[in-house]
Amino acid sequence: MARLLEFTLNGRDRADAVADNILLLDYLREKAGLTGTKTGCDGGECGACTVLIDDQPTLSCLTLATTVQGRRVDTIESLGADGQLSAVQRGFHEKLGSQCGYCTPGFIMASAGLLRKNPNPSEAEILEALGSNICRCTGYVKIIEAVKYAVALNAQGVAP
Amino acid sequence: MNRIVPTHNIGGYVPMIDGPEKVSGRAKYTADILGAGQLAGRIYRSPYSHGDIVEVDVSEARKVPGVRAIITGADCDKAFGVLPIARTEYPLARDKVRYRGEPVAAVAADDDTIAREAIRRIKFTARELPAYYTAKDALALGAVQLHEKKPGNLERDVLFELGSAAQGFGEADLVREGTYNCAEVCQNQMEMHAAVAEYDAVRDRMTVHASTQVPYYVHLMLSQILGMEMSHIRVIKPHVGGGFGCRTETLAIELIAALLARQANATVRLVTTREETFITHRGRPETDIKLKIGMRKDGRITAVECDCDQRGGAHSGYGVVTILYAGSMLYAIYDLHNVRYTGRRVLTNTPPCGAFRGHGTVDIRFAFESLVDEMAAELGLDPFAVRRANLLTAPTFTDNDLMVNSYGLPECLDWVEKESGWSKRKGKLGKNNGIRKGLGMACSHYISGASKPVNWTGEPHATVKIKLDFDGSIVVLSGAADIGQGSTTILAQTVAEVLGLDLSRVRVVTGDSEVVPKDNGSYSSRVTFMVGNAALDAARNLKSVLVNAAARKLEARPEDIECLGELYRAGAQDKGATFDEVVTEALKDSGTITVTGNYSTIPESHGGKKYRGSAIGGTMGYSYSAQVVEVSVDEETGVVTVDKVWVAHDCGKALNRLTVEGQVQGSVWMGMGQAMSEEAAYHEGLMVTANMLDYRVPTIQDSPPIEVGIIESNDPHGPFGAKEAGEGSLAAFLPALTNAIADAIGIRFNDLPVTPDRVFEAIEKRKRALEKKNGSG
Repeated sequence: MARLLEFTLNGRDRADAVADNILLLDYLREKAGLTGTKTGCDGGECGACTVLIDDQPTLSCLTLATTVQGRRVDTIESLGADGQLSAVQRGFHEKLGSQCGYCTPGFIMASAGLLRKNPNPSEAEILEALGSNICRCTGYVKIIEAVKYAVALNAQGVAP
Repeated sequence: MNRIVPTHNIGGYVPMIDGPEKVSGRAKYTADILGAGQLAGRIYRSPYSHGDIVEVDVSEARKVPGVRAIITGADCDKAFGVLPIARTEYPLARDKVRYRGEPVAAVAADDDTIAREAIRRIKFTARELPAYYTAKDALALGAVQLHEKKPGNLERDVLFELGSAAQGFGEADLVREGTYNCAEVCQNQMEMHAAVAEYDAVRDRMTVHASTQVPYYVHLMLSQILGMEMSHIRVIKPHVGGGFGCRTETLAIELIAALLARQANATVRLVTTREETFITHRGRPETDIKLKIGMRKDGRITAVECDCDQRGGAHSGYGVVTILYAGSMLYAIYDLHNVRYTGRRVLTNTPPCGAFRGHGTVDIRFAFESLVDEMAAELGLDPFAVRRANLLTAPTFTDNDLMVNSYGLPECLDWVEKESGWSKRKGKLGKNNGIRKGLGMACSHYISGASKPVNWTGEPHATVKIKLDFDGSIVVLSGAADIGQGSTTILAQTVAEVLGLDLSRVRVVTGDSEVVPKDNGSYSSRVTFMVGNAALDAARNLKSVLVNAAARKLEARPEDIECLGELYRAGAQDKGATFDEVVTEALKDSGTITVTGNYSTIPESHGGKKYRGSAIGGTMGYSYSAQVVEVSVDEETGVVTVDKVWVAHDCGKALNRLTVEGQVQGSVWMGMGQAMSEEAAYHEGLMVTANMLDYRVPTIQDSPPIEVGIIESNDPHGPFGAKEAGEGSLAAFLPALTNAIADAIGIRFNDLPVTPDRVFEAIEKRKRALEKKNGSG
């Protein structure tokens, strides 16, 4: 059965007829055309599909689209403003937290979620926040550097 | 007036030029190519490990409304395979199935739900045959053959003896033997396999978007399988989410998508699940190694005997090459003589293995560096001293004719020894609250591209084009496949450096066979060396065109023209002509300028002819790596924690220090996964670890700091002196880890992965043995 889904996606109001069994991930990619959010596994294994629901990092592959009724969803496409990359995006770009880039949107959204809640995380808090995201390229060393750099940029006023 | 000087980028920390796309979600990967009217593809896979196909009944599947095409082995009568000598695989199985998960039939339908329903209705009948899940079983006398032409299920056996092993062992003060087992491991790259195939029936043209490292090989195989002219095929490689060797050969995925698209006369998007991505595999085979080394009291190695069995899976893939690398790459790292190698690549009823990062060299290096470490301890020698006793002197040729021109291993050893505080800390880290700490070290190496490509055509090894037009932007055209390693950035850097221009002047176009020159692809770490050299050649040719144009404009001789990037002038007093003015002048001659750059390897690098297959291992330049690993072992639980890794990598010259560091860290970490937790496990041929929870990839919380030392040996043939940086540091981690564990708790692990279970069991076993000895039982 389909129902009318009304929510805020990347700062814009949306209303769509959505079937009950559609995953938020598939809705975002196939219906909203936001392919920045990636499918990396068969469900809940890798974190590549992480988006923010009311600022909380969430696996969109384990979320039914209809459950975001009335809520605020932010994807990788929402980050950055005025033609500038956000602090976390700059961190991942400038410090090479991203190599092949496939896990990157998930890592960036998990990091952005962390920084929105906790602008000054300890290293242990960073590791915990990113503990359910898998990257196969970097060995994570530069991902940690990227997030620390984003913390510093955020402190200078660049939004996460 | 501002002083104009050439811009330099080589050797800097340069973020990837395609980074902004990747961090903003704009980078398109194959599965992101979504369009109205696309059909969804799905594959039916064999539930049997081994059997003669009796029937593939698709009649019920065809009745599902919305099904647009169904294909089976009957629709593909031509075999594919990356090696021209070993093409035995069909996109969909014909006559026989040989592993659980082998593609048998495929469906294209209006949407994925319909496609899955159709797959459910396919009835597959096979007459089951005995199946072999280990190399030993497949080799057993009387085993049923998987392939008609491969008696004994032996894909390839290799034997060489260079010098005399017997004589070498006679000269040794200590001879020791070890047996080693390394589990099968998968690349498990983040992007699952995907292909989007678009068939244009009116013109009989096929366009395939593929998540591949080798667009050219995909092109070749599409032509062969579809029976279409190559000129009617176009292969596009969008962004690729990692490869690590999984995609260095054409996979059935691309071929099936194309076959479906042609039958449906439509566009088919085929995206595999993670489970299917695991089964598609092409990883590192399970390997059993028996190794014997002879050593003098001073640590000098006098002889090596190595026997290696690889469980290759049901088809050859790169298998012949893998088993040859394992032997040939015993050389080119130390000064070895009197080496005997026997290798067997075995066909089994498991998914075909392939070319995983460090292709063929990793498990052998694990065994070698482990045994050397063990023998060093027995002789009372420092592990560093033993390596130093066996160094090569470059330039040289090894006994198996591998050409070594630059050799930074001594400096790698020095760096990690110093940075890790080895001499002060080794053996003195002690025990704290049931945690024992240890240090271990090891070395490894890798090639910078195979000197002889698998598909020998006589063309230059690499070709790059540069286009320069009225707008003054420099467009580099290359077939090099950026799969995340940053090859696009390296090409831009190379061209910008030669012309003295800022990187922002340069754009790189790759990955579309309709536009870019052919390239063999991203594998065996060939791109920086081969394509980098071709880019260097192209950029120099372009510079010469610009210098000539500047000479005309400035009424000077070309040899008097000085290129400052944005300014060309004839002597320091000349006010000169700007880059844009020079471009305008240059275009007057020819219109749009295109220049070509080529690179070919030299015959001396091709590896000699001492045994069949001796070209494998030949390269223009070897990278070298040394590592020190520090571990903590919890004796109560068996949990091993890697506290820190120091790694020094000789990449000749770091063209981009940021990406070199990233590649080296990624390699070390991938070695850690193999060493500590990753294993493709099967139950009667069914892969039971085909997801990222059971196939245990280290998380950010499991992963250590990795400190990278870049050693620059300036290879005489490398572009700006560069060699590879993306593979050579993987292998050394494995033995450095087990050497560190041996240092910490005195127990040596010869079987990988070293899981907490194995460590715990070994500690308990020792405890029981000790109790028995002390008579306390």
